[in-house]
Amino acid sequence: MNLPVLKAADFASDQDVRWCPGCGDYSILAQMKKVLPTLGVPREKIVFISGIGCSSRFPYYMNTYGMHSIHGRAPTFATGLKATRPDLMVWVITGDGDALSIGGNHFIHALRRNVDVNIVLFNNRIYGLTKGQYSPTSGEGQVTKSTPMGSIDHPLNPLSVALAAEATFVARSIDAHVKHLEATLKRAAEHKGTSLVEVYQNCNVFNDGAMSYAQDRTQRPENTIELEHGKPLIFGKDRDKGIRMVGNRLEIVRTADVPADDLLIHDEKTLDPTQHFMLSRMRHPEFPEPIGVFRDVQGIATYDDQINDQVAAARDAKGTGDLQQLFNSGDTWEVA
Amino acid sequence: METSPESSNSPVEHVSGITVRLAGDSGDGMQLLGTQLTNTSALAGNDVATFPDFPAEIRAPRGTRAGVSGFQVQFAAEEIFTPGDTLDCLVVMNPAALVTNLADLRKGGILVVNEDGFNEKEFKLAKIDKNPLEDEVLESSYRIVKVSMTKLTREAVSELGLSVKIADRCKNFFAMGLVYWLFGRSLEPTLRFIQDKFGKKPDVAQANESALRAGWAFGETTEAFGVSYRVEAAELEPGTYKNVMGNQALAWGLLAAAHRSGKELFYGTYPITPASDILHELTKYKNFGVRTFQAEDEIAAVGATIGAAFGGTMAVTASSGPGIALKAEAMGLGMMVELPMVVINVQRGGPSTGLPTKTEQSDLLQAMFGRNGESPLPILAPQSPGDCFDVVQEAWRLAVECMTPVMVLSDGYIANGSEPWKIPDVASMDPIVVHHPDAPGDADEPFLPYMRDENLARPWAIPGTDGLMHRIGGLEKEDGTGNVSYDPANHQHMTDTRAQKVALVAERIPEQEVFGETEGEVLVVSWGGTYGACHTAVSRCQRAGLTVSHAHVRYLNPLPRNLGDLLKSFKTVLVPELNTGQLRMLLRHQYLVDCIGINKVQGKPFTVTELVEAIRDQACIGKDCTVVDQKLKIRVG
Repeated sequence: MNLPVLKAADFASDQDVRWCPGCGDYSILAQMKKVLPTLGVPREKIVFISGIGCSSRFPYYMNTYGMHSIHGRAPTFATGLKATRPDLMVWVITGDGDALSIGGNHFIHALRRNVDVNIVLFNNRIYGLTKGQYSPTSGEGQVTKSTPMGSIDHPLNPLSVALAAEATFVARSIDAHVKHLEATLKRAAEHKGTSLVEVYQNCNVFNDGAMSYAQDRTQRPENTIELEHGKPLIFGKDRDKGIRMVGNRLEIVRTADVPADDLLIHDEKTLDPTQHFMLSRMRHPEFPEPIGVFRDVQGIATYDDQINDQVAAARDAKGTGDLQQLFNSGDTWEVA
Repeated sequence: METSPESSNSPVEHVSGITVRLAGDSGDGMQLLGTQLTNTSALAGNDVATFPDFPAEIRAPRGTRAGVSGFQVQFAAEEIFTPGDTLDCLVVMNPAALVTNLADLRKGGILVVNEDGFNEKEFKLAKIDKNPLEDEVLESSYRIVKVSMTKLTREAVSELGLSVKIADRCKNFFAMGLVYWLFGRSLEPTLRFIQDKFGKKPDVAQANESALRAGWAFGETTEAFGVSYRVEAAELEPGTYKNVMGNQALAWGLLAAAHRSGKELFYGTYPITPASDILHELTKYKNFGVRTFQAEDEIAAVGATIGAAFGGTMAVTASSGPGIALKAEAMGLGMMVELPMVVINVQRGGPSTGLPTKTEQSDLLQAMFGRNGESPLPILAPQSPGDCFDVVQEAWRLAVECMTPVMVLSDGYIANGSEPWKIPDVASMDPIVVHHPDAPGDADEPFLPYMRDENLARPWAIPGTDGLMHRIGGLEKEDGTGNVSYDPANHQHMTDTRAQKVALVAERIPEQEVFGETEGEVLVVSWGGTYGACHTAVSRCQRAGLTVSHAHVRYLNPLPRNLGDLLKSFKTVLVPELNTGQLRMLLRHQYLVDCIGINKVQGKPFTVTELVEAIRDQACIGKDCTVVDQKLKIRVG
C-alpha cells in the first residue's frame, strides 16, 4: 500500500497555538511536526497524551488523536491505551512539574515497565502555567515567587531517576538545537520500549536563560558534549577537551595531553546502566552536560507485548474462553 | 467405614432451616470450613446465605480476641435472603472464639467446643480469668458438646507419620466432618475438593480426608449429640444452579458484558480489601481476552482505564472507598471526556482506612458528589451476591448508551457473601450494541466529536480511524467541535447537557417495583446489600398483619422515574441504611418527602430482628398492636 506522503503542515491542527511568544515549546512542536512524516505512521495511528502544564497543551496543536489528561498522570493513560491498542504510536508530553513532582510515581513505573511509548519531558526548571513557582528541577538557592529567600530543595535529576528505573531509552536534547532535537526525537520514536527525551526548554517569561549555557549557540560547545555511540567523549569549540574515567569517577582532560584511547568511549547499548548513570551526573558548570542518546538498549520485552502475549498464550493453551462452559464449571445442581 | 448421611443410624430430626457459625483463630481454617459447608448445602438443594467475618490482620496474634475469624451460613428448605440473625449452632475452636461469639447463640442452641483449645495459656491470650466451660449458666443455657478435636485429629492421622504441626492443621477438617454428620451433609463434595486442592501432596490430602472421616465417625459413634438434623431441598425456580460469591459474580458479569458487546475487557486496579478478589478472579480469564493491570496506585489504575476506554476497549476499574477517593479527579476527567467505563466501589467501613474487612454503605454521597465541579454520574447498586452479575452488565449498557463512566456500589457483605445462582443461558443474552463511527465519506466534512445523539451521547470515535482525529481533555469543551472553550454560555450549556444526559437515563431504566401495596401506611426504602434483611423483615411484618411495603432501589442515580410519586403515596417512609442517612438525604432533597432513617454503622449487616422492631415501632405509633406483637413474637422468637 502506498501511504500518502505527509508534510509537517499535515500534522498541524486547526487550533491557534497559545504559548507565550519566544517560548521554547514552539521549537519542540516544530521539530515534532518534522519528525512524524518521516516515520511512515499514518496520522490516525498516532496519539499524543499530556498531563497539565504549559507543555501539556501540545496535543491540541497536533492533527492526530490526543488527550489532555490530568496533572502528572499522562503515563497512566498512555499505559492503558498502549496495552490495549499496541497498533498505535503513543507519545506522552510532560514537563518537569508534571512528570517529576505530582507525577513522579507514574514516571518511574512507566519506565520500569518498558511500555512502548515515547515520553518527551519539557524541562524549563520552573512552574510556568501557575506563574513562576520553583519546580523539582529548579536549582538550590533559586529565587522564585514561592522561594523569595531561595529554594532549599535539592533538585531532581530526571535522567538519573530514569536510569535508576532502568529505562531502555534515555536521551537529552535542547529546544534551540533544532537539528539535534529532531534527530533525537526520531531516535526515540524508533526505539521499541519506553523512550525518555529530556528537552532543555526555555521559559522566557519566568526562568529566562536558566539553561542558556546549553541553549546559546556560542556557549554550547564548551558546556555540552554530544554523545555518539562508539565514539570518544570530546567537546569544546576546538574539540580539544575530552572525558576520561579515573577509578570510578570522570574527569575532564585536554585531548592533547592524553593518548587517544584514554578517553571514555560512549556505549549506549550496554545493558548495565552504571556508565549511563555517571554521564547523567555530569552537571554544569563542573562538567559539560551530555546531550544525545545516553542509553538505547534493545531486546527488553515491552509491557504491551507481554500483556498481549499472555492473552495469546492463554488462548493457545485453553482455547478461546467459552462463557457457558465457565458458568457450568465446578459444582452445580439441578432444580426441576 | 461408610460415611454418608444415608448410612447414619442415629435419630434424625427434620427442620426448615439452620444457622451455623464456625469460629476460631484466623489460622484455624474457619473460612475454608464455612465455604465447604455452604457449597455442600447448596449442592443438597438448600437455599443458602453466608456471612464471612474476619479481621483485617492476616494473622492477628494467635489466640486473641482480635484474631477471631468467623463464618456464618444459613441453609434452609425455603427461600432465604439473609445469613440468619441468631445461631442454632456455634462451633468454637478456642476460648477467644467462644467469648466473642456466644452472645449470638440462641438459648438452647448447640455449642460445639474444641476442648483441647481450652487451657490456661489460651485463657490468658483471650483475656479471661477462668475456664468459661465451667460456667454453670453456660451448661444450663445451651447444649454443649465438648470434643477433644486436636487430640482426636492427631490420632486419626497418626499412621501417616506427619509432624504435630501439620497434623494439627487438619483439625478444621475434623470439625467439618463432625458438623457434616450433625446436619446430614454428604462428604463427597469436600472429598473432591481435597483431591483438587491437595492432590499434589498426597500425605496432606490423605490426612485431611482422614480427619474429615474421623469427625463424621465421632458424631455417629458417640452419643454426644443424641440426634442429627436434616434440612430438605428448597423450592427454587427450575434451572441449573451453582453457588457464587459476590465478587466472583461481579467478575463473571464483566465477562458477560464484554461478551454481549463484542469487546475485550481491560481491568485496571490496585489491590484493596474487599475488592481484590475481583482482580484475582478476572486474571484467570486471559483466554477470554481479559487484560488485567495491577497499577502502581489507584490513580494509575483509573488513568489506564480511561486510556483503554479511549482506545475502544471495555474498561473497568474497581476499588473501595479510600481508593475511590484517590480516583476522584480522574473520574471527573472520564465524565468530561465522555468515555464509557465502569467504576466499582466495593464499600467497606469508613472514613479513612476505617474497617477494611467490615461492611458499610457510607460511600453513596461520595459516589454522588465526590468530585470537583458539577459532575453527575449514573450509579447502580447490586442487592445480593448473585445480583452483582446483572448489575455490572446493566452498568456497562448504560455507560455505552450514554458515553459516561457509571458507578457500581457493591459492599463487603455482598462481595464476600454467597448464594445459589441460577446459571444463565449465554446464547439467549441480548447484545449490548456498541458503535464506533467509520471514516467520513466526505473528507471535507469536519468531524464533530461532541455531536450528540438522542441520548445526548457523543460518538465513540477511536484512534486508528482515518479522518476522525480529535483531541479530548479536561478543559471545558465547545459544544460540537470539542475544542477548548472558555465561553460563558457554552460552559452553562455543557454543564446542563451533561446533567441532562444522566437525568435521561431514568427513561431507559425500569420503574421502581414494590413488594406489597403501592400505597398506604409504611414504605421501607432500601438499597444495596441490605436487601435481604429488609425484604425478610418486611415480609415478617406483613405476615403479622402490619401494612408495610418495600421498595428496594437498584438505580440510585438517576432514581426511578416513579419513585417520587411512590414515596408520596405512603404516610411513613422508612429508610434503613448502614450509614448515618445518605439515601435518606437524597430522597428528602429530591422529593421533599420526609423520611425516617434506621441507621447503623457497626461494621455488621442489619439483623432481621432489629429491622422488624424498628418497622413495628413506626407502624404501631398510635395503634393497638397487641395482636401484631403476639404474632411477631412467635415469628421472631
